[in-house]
Amino acid sequence: MALVTRGFRGRRESGVELPPGQYLTHDFPVLSAGPTPRVDLDRWQFTITTELGSTHAWSWPQFTALPSEEVTTDLHCVTRWSKLDTTWRGVSLDTLLDDVETAADFVVVQAYGGYTTNLPLEDLLEGQAWVAYEYEGDPVPAAHGGPARLLVPHLYLWKSAKWVRGLQLTLDDEPGFWETLGYHNYGDPWREQRYDGD
Amino acid sequence: MAGTALRRRLGARWQSAELVEAAQETATARTLRFRVPEWPGHLPGQHVDVRLTAEDGYTAQRSYSLSAPAAEDVIEMSVQLVADGEVSPYLVSDIAVGDTVEVRGPLGGWFVWRTTQSEPVLLIGGGSGIAPLMAMVRARRAADTGGAFRLLYSVRTPADVFYADELHDSHGVEVAVLYTRAAAEGVARPAHRIDADDLTAHGWPVVAEVTCYVCGPTPFVEAIADQLVQAGHDPAHIRTERFGASGG
Repeated sequence: MALVTRGFRGRRESGVELPPGQYLTHDFPVLSAGPTPRVDLDRWQFTITTELGSTHAWSWPQFTALPSEEVTTDLHCVTRWSKLDTTWRGVSLDTLLDDVETAADFVVVQAYGGYTTNLPLEDLLEGQAWVAYEYEGDPVPAAHGGPARLLVPHLYLWKSAKWVRGLQLTLDDEPGFWETLGYHNYGDPWREQRYDGD
Repeated sequence: MAGTALRRRLGARWQSAELVEAAQETATARTLRFRVPEWPGHLPGQHVDVRLTAEDGYTAQRSYSLSAPAAEDVIEMSVQLVADGEVSPYLVSDIAVGDTVEVRGPLGGWFVWRTTQSEPVLLIGGGSGIAPLMAMVRARRAADTGGAFRLLYSVRTPADVFYADELHDSHGVEVAVLYTRAAAEGVARPAHRIDADDLTAHGWPVVAEVTCYVCGPTPFVEAIADQLVQAGHDPAHIRTERFGASGG
């Protein structure tokens, strides 16, 4: 039982179930560790590299010609805000990984600007993850990860790497940027896996 | 390994924290000092999670930057009132000395400065984004080692200034307060947002090893980080911390 803080009432949201420790926001806060990279679409590329080093790559025209899906989902940031019913358009990772032969169990997600994050490959499959290039009907703004960002909404949002440029498939789990700085390796908001040891 | 110790500390549990001192920083911000008996220490720039629990068990949690190095088991944070906020009105107006909250931390291992860093450092803060930068300034002055600091503090008016008594040049730290809405009396620079000329006048010449720390509201951080990149700073040496404009 948490210790009661004298005189604190708080504000309860009615009819909305959020993961533990989260609060609802209607804004779209920006969290990132450095400047926003500006990625030229002429040079943009998305690459999947297997554990054996074989690559599958898409240019921007090739990527946006792939079958896309509209996704409406809730977002949960480890800094405690949750935003409900956001709508994105992107390419399912099922589509991108369809022709990829691999024995890997893990993925290191790589972003323009140098950011990385890791997750189990199975968390990208079966309709759980997309590379999104539209937000609410418009191109994803650069501050929110455009031209394209990963969207893995069942995990805390730091796993949904902005400015994504590729996936490295790995046999072993290799912690990414925040995961080596004390944040949880997996990051399930419903189990409140914020920090290492949670 | 410092990294290992940091990781272990990040997994630390909630601890009770008693308010031992509160001081008004501006009309809408207050600096709070809490005693946390088993506080493990922290690096300048790190933050804590604060948890408040109502009598019926309802809880709310927020993150706040620590604004000073720990004084033994006492930690300090400055809280800016957020209009329509849930937690900040309580911390700015209601909480009294002797009341307890819970804290967890220290947290965050990227937006930090270590006394072993010998390179020049450029700190640029907007509004209450000064708080983690002041922790770095205070640590730099106390250690009197490490690279030279320059602090650019962007603030609306003289009435909005935090830590006014400490905003002067000393112990390897040079300070420039830059007003955006109304300048202090006797200040020649017209009030405006930080621009390239300000960075030239008060920043460092662009050399590879400068480390930049930028903290403030998102539009401020986006604008400053873009200007630093345009001026030639290495994006890998620009560390940012953004304060969301919501919830508070």
